[in-house]
Amino acid sequence: MGASQSAGTEHEFQDLADRTGFSLEQIGNINKRFRQLSNNEETLSREDLASIPALDNNPIRAQIINAFFDKRNLHQNETGTVQEIGFEEFLMVMTHFRPAAMGITEEERENLRRDKLRFLFNMHDTDSDGTINLEEYRRVVEELLSKAGTIGQETAKAIADAAMLEVASTTRGKMEPDEFYEGITFENFLQILNTFDIETRMHVRFLHMDTATLRCGKSK
Amino acid sequence: MPAFSCAFPGCRRDLLVIVLVVFVGIGLPIEASAPAYQSHGTEGSHLTNITNTKKAFPVLAVNYEHVRKPFEIALWILLALLMKLGFHLIPRLSAVVPESCLLIVVGLLVGGLIKVIGEEPPVLDSQLFFLCLLPPIILDAGYFLPIRPFTENVGTILVFAVIGTLWNAFFMGGLLYALCQIESVGLSGVDLLACLLFGSIVSAVDPVAVLAVFEEIHINELVHILVFGESLLNDAVTVVLYNLFEEFSKVGTVTVLDVFLGVVCFFVVSLGGVLVGAIYGFLAAFTSRFTSHTRVIEPLFVFLYSYMAYLSSEMFHLSGIMALIACGVVMRPYVEANISHKSYTTIKYFLKMWSSVSETLIFIFLGVSTVAGPHAWNWTFVITTVILCLVSRVLGVIGLTFIINKFRIVKLTKKDQFIVAYGGLRGAIAFSLGYLLSNSHQMRNLFLTAIITVIFFTVFVQGMTIRPLVELLAVKKKKESKPSINEEIHTEFLDHLLTGVEGVCGHYGHYHWKEKLNRFNKTYVKRWLIAGENFKEPELIAFYRKMELKQAIMMVESGQLPSVLPSTISMQNIQPRAIPRVSKKREEEIRRILRANLQNNKQKMRSRSYSRHTLFDADEEDNVSEVRLRKTKMEMERRVSVMERRMSHYLTVPANRESPRPGVRRVRFESDNQVFSADSFPTVHFEQPSPPSTPDAVSLEEEEEEEVPKRPSLKADIEGPRGNASDNHQGELDYQRLARCLSDPGPNKDKEDDDPFMSC
Repeated sequence: MGASQSAGTEHEFQDLADRTGFSLEQIGNINKRFRQLSNNEETLSREDLASIPALDNNPIRAQIINAFFDKRNLHQNETGTVQEIGFEEFLMVMTHFRPAAMGITEEERENLRRDKLRFLFNMHDTDSDGTINLEEYRRVVEELLSKAGTIGQETAKAIADAAMLEVASTTRGKMEPDEFYEGITFENFLQILNTFDIETRMHVRFLHMDTATLRCGKSK
Repeated sequence: MPAFSCAFPGCRRDLLVIVLVVFVGIGLPIEASAPAYQSHGTEGSHLTNITNTKKAFPVLAVNYEHVRKPFEIALWILLALLMKLGFHLIPRLSAVVPESCLLIVVGLLVGGLIKVIGEEPPVLDSQLFFLCLLPPIILDAGYFLPIRPFTENVGTILVFAVIGTLWNAFFMGGLLYALCQIESVGLSGVDLLACLLFGSIVSAVDPVAVLAVFEEIHINELVHILVFGESLLNDAVTVVLYNLFEEFSKVGTVTVLDVFLGVVCFFVVSLGGVLVGAIYGFLAAFTSRFTSHTRVIEPLFVFLYSYMAYLSSEMFHLSGIMALIACGVVMRPYVEANISHKSYTTIKYFLKMWSSVSETLIFIFLGVSTVAGPHAWNWTFVITTVILCLVSRVLGVIGLTFIINKFRIVKLTKKDQFIVAYGGLRGAIAFSLGYLLSNSHQMRNLFLTAIITVIFFTVFVQGMTIRPLVELLAVKKKKESKPSINEEIHTEFLDHLLTGVEGVCGHYGHYHWKEKLNRFNKTYVKRWLIAGENFKEPELIAFYRKMELKQAIMMVESGQLPSVLPSTISMQNIQPRAIPRVSKKREEEIRRILRANLQNNKQKMRSRSYSRHTLFDADEEDNVSEVRLRKTKMEMERRVSVMERRMSHYLTVPANRESPRPGVRRVRFESDNQVFSADSFPTVHFEQPSPPSTPDAVSLEEEEEEEVPKRPSLKADIEGPRGNASDNHQGELDYQRLARCLSDPGPNKDKEDDDPFMSC
């Protein structure tokens, strides 16, 4: 596909709504925002996202932006990154942040959890090899503490190490001294975040996006 | 489990009975004979006036009047605590009946006994209740309020508290008035305002009762915070309604202006209370910034400022409860960053202790007051009140949930609603408010009786049955939360992620404002309220440090360093394989550093000050640092020795690795309520290759032989991040830099909170 909507036809929106589960109104709002960010062009590039002022103080800014361009988040079975994304891809990334609808079955809930945790996992697993190794985890914690000054940097490593140890002990139990724990696989990741009710926490309220007050990302 | 193990069954029960009898036996005759002594006194002086004979010097004399008041108070408290002790010796009973019920029964018995003797049983004096017994419980609740669930659900809580209570009051008041109009009841003298007043008193969910019952059933976090939060926040509504209706019922008429003023009053009362509490909270936080030299009195500041907040707001007829809550919530993050670990523990235990005593006394007094109080019984009125309470609560909860669920992401299920409705217990606050009614109210006795009946019903029936109902309905229980550093990392990660995505969407939502508040907090507020450099410390680090502290405490408590389990995960399992070769010169350097460190420690273990004004800045912390130090050393040494083995050298490594001497084990200190079992924790286990100890090795034994004293600059030697052996030297420098922020680790978060719930 790859072809993004011009002016947004009802029909295409409906098609997207069916596929992603958003309502028409939500898709309309997201589309308007997309237009704003991309300066009414067809595609969005990294620079467009990077210039949003609200992201300035965010310690994991770079990871967030990368997540939008990560092919693994676009529900395609490819790895790697793209340079630009169209509206459909933008929407795909947004589907990860939908709240759990009421009255969904256990299985659907489980799928939702996996979906969202997969998104997080992809954000950590920067080399796309399917595991988060120690270096990658260290980088995650360092980024998280990057606004904290020197104290942050020093203990970031210790924290990441401790966290890794915890994962290893929880998932592998006992290991011989010579064995090596390569990294956190997705299954391990699911296991350690088992009690983390991510399906309720990880959501953004799309319905409340009021287009009248949407600030343009570049009004500086 | 009890201190004395009994040789035969039934022994415990006998013990309990004996204890009971002894104390009641001592207490009552003294009280009963107190007036008798007075008469003796006057008689005695009368006699001496007449006869004027020389009396023998009184070797032994009894002067009860002198100590009467404190004696009685102490006796009552002692009785209450012995009862509490007694219950827990009978496990069967305490598993079925909640403590509050048992205490009320005890109160009834004691009241009955006193009445039988012919004395007047003391009634729960409202002033005593509101000024002495209630504040500790509320402060305990407010200080340890789990912030995250509370703020996430604050909208729902407010709706339940305000609208729910209003609905209850008016529904009950109105229907009771309608009831009173019926001729056969015989209460036609009761007017609408009196009924509404009664409705407002009895409609509020009581925090004491809720706490007492819910603590034993371990319900899931959401329902717990909903009911509990509601019971705390409805105080403002209760105060306003009560004052309003009391004023009106004196006057007799209500105008629109009055209603309007009532609404304004509500806002003033609640927001004013919160404001007063916040001001005192900031004052307390600011004061705690300077207490680094007088650690002993730190807890007192917390208590006194909170109590002042309560009293000040009561002075202005604002909501004292909300002031207390606001004060506790506001001051906690800053105070905990400033105070020492010991002060933190002290605060926690004192609050728990006082609130426990208060709660016990309240329930006992409730029982006693029931026996004492003047009663006017009217079957219809009382029964109707009880039924209406239940009905209005259920209707209110269902109706409000229906509306609220439209705005919530996590909807409230039917089970949740049921527990919220069923958990709306009434308690001592209602009784005290009723007691406060002036005697001019013709219906006062009737109201009091009805209130007591409602309280009994909710506490006994609902309190006892809620536990089996929770089991029956398979309501979600509280998750056993082990603090997991992964969860903590991801909580923060998720916060930032969602803020970012909201930013991308251009939607200024929940997370955006939270982020803004945090930033404001960090740049301006923390700077003023937190001592030293700590204010820059992000939460993740604070959490991590607290975990380390706990882990080290656990290690020392278990009496040994985690020992040789050859097949558990250790650092080397996760480190990347390649350990760089280290030259011999480097090894020398490393050993030199290690030795120097240990020597440094020895030198620093000097003075012990016994002055009253300085505490050992935590024996605990010293032990902890000691353990940490040892741990790191062992880690480093182990790594060195592993390397050595690989290079097939066998160097002797300084420092003995024997298990700690009794000197260390002797140091007792408290761990938090949650003591994690050793295997539930990501402890770092060490292999212990056993090198012979060289004659000149500075062994750790010597350190342990001396008492664990004050070692302020030991902290300079504490571990840095665990790096590879090759960057040990770098590690040295890191030590110093880290020392600054590790000096005086004020544990920061209670996690059960926490942000997520942790401990307490």
